[in-house]
Amino acid sequence: MSAEEPIIRIRGLRNQFGDFVVHENLDLDVRRGEIIGVVGGSGSGKSVLMRAIIGLGKPAAGSILLFGEEVATMSDARRASVEQRCGVLFQNGALFSSLTVAENVGVALTEHHDLDAEIVHRLALLKIALAGLPLDAADKFPSQLSGGMVKRAALARSLALDPEILFLDEPTAGLDPIGAAAFDQLILTLRDSLGLTVFLITHDLDTLYTICDRVAVLAKKRILVADTLDVVEQVDEPWIQEYFQGPRGRAARRATQTHSTPLPAGP
Amino acid sequence: MSEAGSAQLVEDGSRLSIRGDWTLEHVARLATLCANLRGRIAADSRIDARAIGRIDTAGASFLLDLAGADLARIDVDRASTRKLIAAVSRAENAPPAKRRRKDRGFIAILANVGQALGDIWNDAIALVGFIGLILAAFARSALDPRRWRVTSTVAHIEQTGLNALPIVALLCFLVGAVVAFLGATVLKDFGASIYTVELVGYSFLREFGVLLTAIMVAGRSGSAFTAQIGSMKAREEVDAIRTLGLQPVDVLVMPRVLALLVSMPILTLIGMLAGIIGGAAVCVITLDVSPLMFITRLHETTGVRHFWVGMSKAPVFAFLIAAIGCLEGFKVSGSAESVGMHTTSSVVQSIFVVILIDALAAIFFMEINL
Repeated sequence: MSAEEPIIRIRGLRNQFGDFVVHENLDLDVRRGEIIGVVGGSGSGKSVLMRAIIGLGKPAAGSILLFGEEVATMSDARRASVEQRCGVLFQNGALFSSLTVAENVGVALTEHHDLDAEIVHRLALLKIALAGLPLDAADKFPSQLSGGMVKRAALARSLALDPEILFLDEPTAGLDPIGAAAFDQLILTLRDSLGLTVFLITHDLDTLYTICDRVAVLAKKRILVADTLDVVEQVDEPWIQEYFQGPRGRAARRATQTHSTPLPAGP
Repeated sequence: MSEAGSAQLVEDGSRLSIRGDWTLEHVARLATLCANLRGRIAADSRIDARAIGRIDTAGASFLLDLAGADLARIDVDRASTRKLIAAVSRAENAPPAKRRRKDRGFIAILANVGQALGDIWNDAIALVGFIGLILAAFARSALDPRRWRVTSTVAHIEQTGLNALPIVALLCFLVGAVVAFLGATVLKDFGASIYTVELVGYSFLREFGVLLTAIMVAGRSGSAFTAQIGSMKAREEVDAIRTLGLQPVDVLVMPRVLALLVSMPILTLIGMLAGIIGGAAVCVITLDVSPLMFITRLHETTGVRHFWVGMSKAPVFAFLIAAIGCLEGFKVSGSAESVGMHTTSSVVQSIFVVILIDALAAIFFMEINL
């Protein structure tokens, strides 16, 4: 697979539940090393799209190439190895409630690599620190964590195997603005230092403006446009106009224009 | 995805030259390597990582280990690698946490025993308190028809009663047949095999009908109550009920208790019938007793009081099973594991209490000659 080839390539995807069609003829490319933000109204199927890419939901039609391989027809062994290259942060964290944070992070390390408990613990602590959690959270159970800490713990777990792609489902939802901004910077730092590709589902306009290289708009059952924010903002489509030109959209854009320089479009 | 696959470390004077892939796949080897080298590197030696292959956070962590956590001692070419090592270094500089150690000595065993005894006592107190709470809720809503949750109650009757009918009937039928077989075999030696009819009749009317049903209901519905309320508790739904100005006892417990109070006697009746039919079937096949004769003899020798003795226990068991099931549900805390633990505990407690009460009742009824 060459560097130019997209890391995720979706063509003609259709997802449906019974008669209800969620996606119809959906195309999307995700490039290596970029942070792509996926936006869309509630119920437009953002999470369904993510689940289809990581193989948790089976699409009715179309093709999804992940690392150049067709997800639907992959053998179980191939799927297992591809899944190790993907980190997923679910909307509600989905931490294993009966394990401590360190154990949550260590599960994949223990299962996939033949490692001493000591090394697993050391690496788990490293991921926990990378995710910006204080280390005394390592021995806590998920039910003892605050909402923001759950997100960070889930991020630490998704980083456990040093994935190449990180799927984040609304990572900043429910965080206070300071926590959300810190989380944004954390993702940016991790992308820059670990060379991650990030597939980011979000409603948070600040996140879109501060860290996303490209934005994909999911509406009318397909990706209407996937491009840099400057281009997306100008698309003549009522939903997009309302989304980006509404009061919240304008405020978020003003904030980025006054406080920071625009980011380069991909490394 | 693994191309090269080894990390070599060549030592020449005060330089360490790093090669190969420093990734998670090779972490076990890297750990040994670092442990071996740690004592032999000079404190100011350079770590030459310009020829390094692939590297990830795990590898970077061990590389920093070699450099004594000193970023400046590592030479790298690629900017991305430098950034990665810097990020890991920042993370590792986070203040370390104190690890709590668990005491595993003799004192800990004693402490556990004491804890367990205290828990039994507290459980008993909590159950008595909870029963009081249910009775108070009964009293509150009995006079106020608007507070009767008819839909919910009927739904629970369907789940705990109707859906349990086949399994309870089958179980009692089989045990009835087994009891009749035993009776027929043992009593034949005394030429008294016709007394098998009384054996089956007495045992199912007084004890087995209600006991088997109670055990089945405890395993089937008591556990379901705990799991339902427990997962609601874990997801803060119980707290939500409270904030809406409703009483969890009214909303969650009352319909379940009422449903079992209705279902258990019906299931018990079916259980008694099925057990006696099972016994009758064996009598007909092995003792040449006609069905009509079986019924006639049962009618002549077995008083209706035996039926009432058995039946009177059904509502008591129903109430206790429902109360224990719901109470254990409320004891659940955050985790999925806790739901499982309390579900198990609910079934064990219900069956224990049912058998205990049944034994006490047997003595009581015997003493008053019923």
